[in-house]
Amino acid sequence: MIQQIRENRRLQGLLLILPAMFVMVTLLVIPLTLTVITSFGQRDADGNVIYTFTLENYWRLLGFTEQGWDDLYLRILLRSLWLAVQTTVIVILMAYPLAYFIARSPEKRRNFLLFLVLVPLWTNFVIRIYAWVMILRSQGVLNSTLGAIAGLLNVPFQPLDLYPSQTAVLIGMVYEFLPFMILPIYTSLEKIEPSLYEAAADLYANAFRTFWRVTVPLSMPGIVAGTILTFIPVIGTFVVSDILGGRQVILVGNLVQRQFLDARNPPFGAAASIILLVMTLVMTLYYTRRFGLREEIAAG
Amino acid sequence: MAEYAVELRNVWKRFPGPGGEVVTAVKNVSLQIYDGEFFALLGPSGCGKTTSLRMIAGFELPSEGEIFIHGRPMGKTPPYQRPVNTVFQSYALFPHMTIGENVAFGLQMKGVDKKEIERRVAEALAMVRLSGYEKRKPKQLSGGQQQRVALARALVNRPEVLLLDEPLGALDLKLRKEMQLELKRLQREVGITFIFVTHDQEEALTMSDRIAVMEGGVALQVGTANEIYEHPNCRFVADFIGETNFLDGKVAEIDTDKARIDLPGGISLWAHTPQRVSVGQAVTVTVRPEKMHIRPNATDVNQVTGYVTDIVYIGTDTHYGVVLNGGQTIRVREQNYSAESRLLAREGEEVCVRFSIEAARVLTE
Repeated sequence: MIQQIRENRRLQGLLLILPAMFVMVTLLVIPLTLTVITSFGQRDADGNVIYTFTLENYWRLLGFTEQGWDDLYLRILLRSLWLAVQTTVIVILMAYPLAYFIARSPEKRRNFLLFLVLVPLWTNFVIRIYAWVMILRSQGVLNSTLGAIAGLLNVPFQPLDLYPSQTAVLIGMVYEFLPFMILPIYTSLEKIEPSLYEAAADLYANAFRTFWRVTVPLSMPGIVAGTILTFIPVIGTFVVSDILGGRQVILVGNLVQRQFLDARNPPFGAAASIILLVMTLVMTLYYTRRFGLREEIAAG
Repeated sequence: MAEYAVELRNVWKRFPGPGGEVVTAVKNVSLQIYDGEFFALLGPSGCGKTTSLRMIAGFELPSEGEIFIHGRPMGKTPPYQRPVNTVFQSYALFPHMTIGENVAFGLQMKGVDKKEIERRVAEALAMVRLSGYEKRKPKQLSGGQQQRVALARALVNRPEVLLLDEPLGALDLKLRKEMQLELKRLQREVGITFIFVTHDQEEALTMSDRIAVMEGGVALQVGTANEIYEHPNCRFVADFIGETNFLDGKVAEIDTDKARIDLPGGISLWAHTPQRVSVGQAVTVTVRPEKMHIRPNATDVNQVTGYVTDIVYIGTDTHYGVVLNGGQTIRVREQNYSAESRLLAREGEEVCVRFSIEAARVLTE
């Protein structure tokens, strides 16, 4: 037996992927297959799933209901997409300068700065999002601080009505995913050979042009990786929107959660999650193709 | 006015060291490099040669002194406004761009017209014999090819001066020899001043019109390969360029540009004195091994005796190690004119080593 393993490289490979394979099959492939099957089903009056084949759930999500056109779910899908795009763009704009700053710091200081970026992750994510409730609500830290400043300057102050709102959800998302953008961008910036900056300067490029022609293209793998790490979780989130949106901001994640738990309509929830999955896959594939993730990573 | 392509006038460079102390990388260096010259900055690592080059390129600014390019003081001019281009030791080709894009980069930044860029890129790649490689990425090229792309990328801009920072350091020996000749050919073809940094004395001797030997941030001697080899002005230069013998002794007698030097063990010899010396002064005499002879030669004035300690036969030459009566060791290199030449002496045999007055030079520092 052991002799066989020693001689057979194929067998070795199979054995090595076996544990991961087991986890993937039991925790991903099987549940996903069940979800797909369920999404084509119906529910009876008690909320039990009837396994048939109907596209009704999908039609309903896309706006074609028995009562005529209703874009309620389509709007939820688009809202999730829009929020994910907004979050990703803002996170890139905020993470890039910081990652750049860390990458250009003296080597000894870099680890300390990266450590600071990671410190917030030591606290549970739900607790951190609740902290934002304390900051953003009408008598929260933000409004009382602004009010105190306005009082000192003797100007009228109208408390900001940030919580609960879609803006609050956006702020929470940006806060949550900033480290996941900083780290990959930092990694790709740090790998850029300093002599390349000098070469660009030597070839008549000023700092601005060096940035756009050398720094940005070479840090693209980091931006792409960070975008995937941000976009995919954000588009499916339900916790942040629940807490900071105060049940007013309904995203696909909330829709799926409620169909399974409150509305007791698993087939409809399953269809919504499949649509979310397909949407994410299509966007990720398009994005990585467009910006050539594979090639850039291979080129190192 | 602008008879020099590059001039360094009393240039100093100080860096903050790792422990907060000040490290002086370049100490009061003054150099004049002529237009169209192939000039080498030669020295061991840490001698300040690369720092000097980087100051000409503008990557570092001098702490004191001034750098002129064709008579114009550079002051704090940033690299992208200087009329020079650099070939980096690591080539520093942009990995995300094709070879064509790499070579075109400088011209694009200068705002040269598109048609003109295309023409000049093709011309530059032809010059380094890489036509047809425009669409490839740097990673797909060998080290030697990348090196040539780096050259093309710099030369395409027609700089007033081309700076080369150990450009052949990463190549294997055979390729390095080829590239040495290739560089020399290119330099003649384009007629641009080349300033070349190297720690390889043979490379410097092969390629350069003139060489500056640097040590400890100081330019010790500047001259042609011949001047530096035949007339070194200090012990470091004599030792760094080629192989040599040093004999320590005291000045016993002076006769215009010659002096008699007494060595320990009752040996005395006559040597050429380029610098002023005084009787009783402790000095070093340098004699190149190939200028010493075991074979009898009537014209050689100096004769010292010793015992052969070892013999190394390397085909073209035979090297003899000889320990003199005073205990100092010398190496003698005899050329093998005929098959029997290596039988000039045997190990342990007493020999008389001869050399001319001109072959022996007194060094005071």
